[in-house]
Amino acid sequence: MSTSTALTPRAPSLLGASVRWLLGKLMGGIFVLWAVATAIFFGIRMIPGDPAEAIMGGPGSQASAEALAAARAHYGLDQPLIVQYGRQLKQLALGDLGTSYSLKSPVVEVLGELVPPTLILASLALLVAWMMALALAVFSTRSGVLASAVASGLEIVSAAVPHFWLASVLIMVFSSMLGWLPPVSTNTAAGLVLPVFTLALPLAGFLGQVMRDTMMEAQRSAFALSARARGESETGILLRHSLRHAALPGISLSGWALGSLLSGAVVVESIFARPGLGRSLLSAVTARDIPLVTGVALLSAAAYVVIMTVSDIVERLADPRIKQS
Amino acid sequence: MNEQQAIVEVKNLSVSFGGSKVVKDVSFTVRAGECLALVGESGSGKSVTARSLLGLAGPGSTVTAETLTVAGQDGRSLSQRSWRTLRGKEVGFILQDALTSLDPLRTVGKEIDDSLRLHTRASGATRATRVMELLEAVGLDDPERRAGQRSGELSGGMRQRALIAAAIALDPQLIIADEPTTALDATIAASIMDLLGTLRQAGSGVLLISHDLAAVAKVADTIAVMQAGHIVERGTRDQIFHDPQHPYTRALLAAVPAGKPRFVKLSPTEEASSQVHTRDSEQKVTAAEDAGGEAGAVVRPVLSARKLSKSFAKGKHATFMAIKDVSFELLPGRTLGVVGESGSGKTTTARIVLGLLAPDAGAVELFDEPWSSAREVDRRSRRSQLGAIYQDPLSSFDPRLSVGSLLADAVSFGATRNPRSHAARITELLQMVGLDAEMSGRNPATLSGGQRQRLAIARALAPQPRVLICDEPVSALDVSVQAQVLDLLDELQQRLGLSYVFISHDLSVVRHMSDDVLVMRAGQVVESGATERIFTSPRHDYTRALLAASPLVGTQESGGGL
Repeated sequence: MSTSTALTPRAPSLLGASVRWLLGKLMGGIFVLWAVATAIFFGIRMIPGDPAEAIMGGPGSQASAEALAAARAHYGLDQPLIVQYGRQLKQLALGDLGTSYSLKSPVVEVLGELVPPTLILASLALLVAWMMALALAVFSTRSGVLASAVASGLEIVSAAVPHFWLASVLIMVFSSMLGWLPPVSTNTAAGLVLPVFTLALPLAGFLGQVMRDTMMEAQRSAFALSARARGESETGILLRHSLRHAALPGISLSGWALGSLLSGAVVVESIFARPGLGRSLLSAVTARDIPLVTGVALLSAAAYVVIMTVSDIVERLADPRIKQS
Repeated sequence: MNEQQAIVEVKNLSVSFGGSKVVKDVSFTVRAGECLALVGESGSGKSVTARSLLGLAGPGSTVTAETLTVAGQDGRSLSQRSWRTLRGKEVGFILQDALTSLDPLRTVGKEIDDSLRLHTRASGATRATRVMELLEAVGLDDPERRAGQRSGELSGGMRQRALIAAAIALDPQLIIADEPTTALDATIAASIMDLLGTLRQAGSGVLLISHDLAAVAKVADTIAVMQAGHIVERGTRDQIFHDPQHPYTRALLAAVPAGKPRFVKLSPTEEASSQVHTRDSEQKVTAAEDAGGEAGAVVRPVLSARKLSKSFAKGKHATFMAIKDVSFELLPGRTLGVVGESGSGKTTTARIVLGLLAPDAGAVELFDEPWSSAREVDRRSRRSQLGAIYQDPLSSFDPRLSVGSLLADAVSFGATRNPRSHAARITELLQMVGLDAEMSGRNPATLSGGQRQRLAIARALAPQPRVLICDEPVSALDVSVQAQVLDLLDELQQRLGLSYVFISHDLSVVRHMSDDVLVMRAGQVVESGATERIFTSPRHDYTRALLAASPLVGTQESGGGL
């Protein structure tokens, strides 16, 4: 950081502006994480019930008063709220997310195991959604009015379909009836297909709608006509002009899309019994596992910040009209 | 000239979309080194005619012709592949709107390079050198920097030059230019036309398309006038300008405001010549006295601006002086024309006068009372004295409102949008601007350009203003429609005793409309005075340069027969 601040006065160049822009994003990100941590800390304590009971294994555990008191003392739950809050912020700043009540292992380790499968699921879903959306867009620009009406209908339907329903239908058709794919997601390629498509289809509907509109607009534009008049082929116009225009709204939507994929993962991972962040968040909330819930929420928030920053950067690279400011 | 080889030969070309024929039995020839201009208003079929020469009439079109020869190829039986080799290589096409005709995401250099890449086997380095040559040939400064810029970073004139560079990259035999100077400032338009003239002299055939006869006067050898898909008249430039035969050609010529004194009708009417209005001095005095009130003999200005200055922040440290020391007075019932090129501060001045922008220094007075320095609360009740119309009326209408609702909103000062509550007044306003009262239920988006501007005028008149600020009110209109709108403004001024501030980059329009003129350049007034004085004996070099660049503005005193 010190090098960058030393750079800025001497180089008021694009580089300096970019560094300043990134620094701004970083500060904003830290603020978001602090706000999320605070909201969760106070929010979770408003839920009735004793966290000490959760530590001892839930209300069914019949823990003695002494054991509960010991657990409270051990986790610092007997301190005043503001002290607990301060201590938690300090711990978080040091990167210590605490120990999961229900799993009895450090939250950081738990997350380390859960992140990769969810990340794989979400990234694959995003990739598949992009490919489907682009294919639909290209198809409808190439094949006339009827094709584009059909594509538009498909997009609206798939964008409106809820994950849980889509998952059930896919399992019914491809596992129960056809027997092609396993209903339970393992880490094999075949096991990934159904969850990925469950997440990707609705997203593809959303992306397809905006991308197709922009693409059709580009195809009809004066610059496309100019390119045709230069002797450019239809394929050339698609590759060199329209696709790039169509990608722009897709890129700006993708940040939001990855976020929504993370929340979609809660449903999909549960249905397909797939290990991952989503499913663990669900069980952590049910078990009132405060450190784990905090960890998952903070991680999601951090992921959001990173994704949004990355999609901003990609958007700037793809669209030179957005000026650094 | 006839020995020259014909590049384009068209005989009985017809183009139809679905069932409707938009081009009907059109025939013409373009020879090397010759410029043919197709002139007609929007919808006359001229653009479609031009595009059929490239096989780009559009999706759903049916093109038939007895002869359609382009650069030695029979256009009636060409495959898509052969069309593509023809496009760009033998025929260069310059489209109307340079802003949207260059891909905003790609650099100008890449767009120009496309022509070379598609039709030659030259290496990247050779092509890059050629791109630089082309940019220089079309008169762009600093070609290396320009090649790396995108259309959004260039001015209108530069974009048009870049587009021409892309079109002439392979020295095509034919150049088609569709409204290449529409929406450009006079001096820039003149230089673009000069550039086309140079290309014609170098041996290319040029097919020029425009709605404005005045715009093609300088370069065209032959002019074909199109109306509703037909060529109604054709002839050499001199024939068309000095001895027009067809009534439509005469109407187009009459619509050119250049050289027409104030209040001469530009658009044809049923009573034809009896409609020539000349305002008698008596009427003028009445209007002036009306507005002057008890001031009696001394005519007080309705609007006056004293030493207005305004600067805007440009980046972190730099400021941009938009206008500096601009002063003027607008007398009752008179029109003050403001001319200057884009960026000269015309619109900033208008916004300050309208009280939408506060000046850094100087003051505006409206009816002898402080205006720019007044508080908005005090100003609001007086706002009805000032109306405004703009270049693009559609974007100034709320798209959800019908014509009637828009007017109801304006009549009631925003209290209601129900057209029925002010039905009589709305009908009156619509009739005042020459619109049908039945239009009340229509959506403005379904109106034509001229009708939209009429609606904008009706809305501006709704609160019964005394002063109207017109910011480029006819710049986006065809010459023939422009003529009708200008006539309407004249008529309303006489009927209602309005005073106008009339802003335009078009000198001939300003000359026709104004009693006094303000010439602006780079935010400053370089010259001001009575219209005729400015146009017949300009004192400032810049005014002289502007006049020299404007086609036909000076026709009257040079004895031309317009």
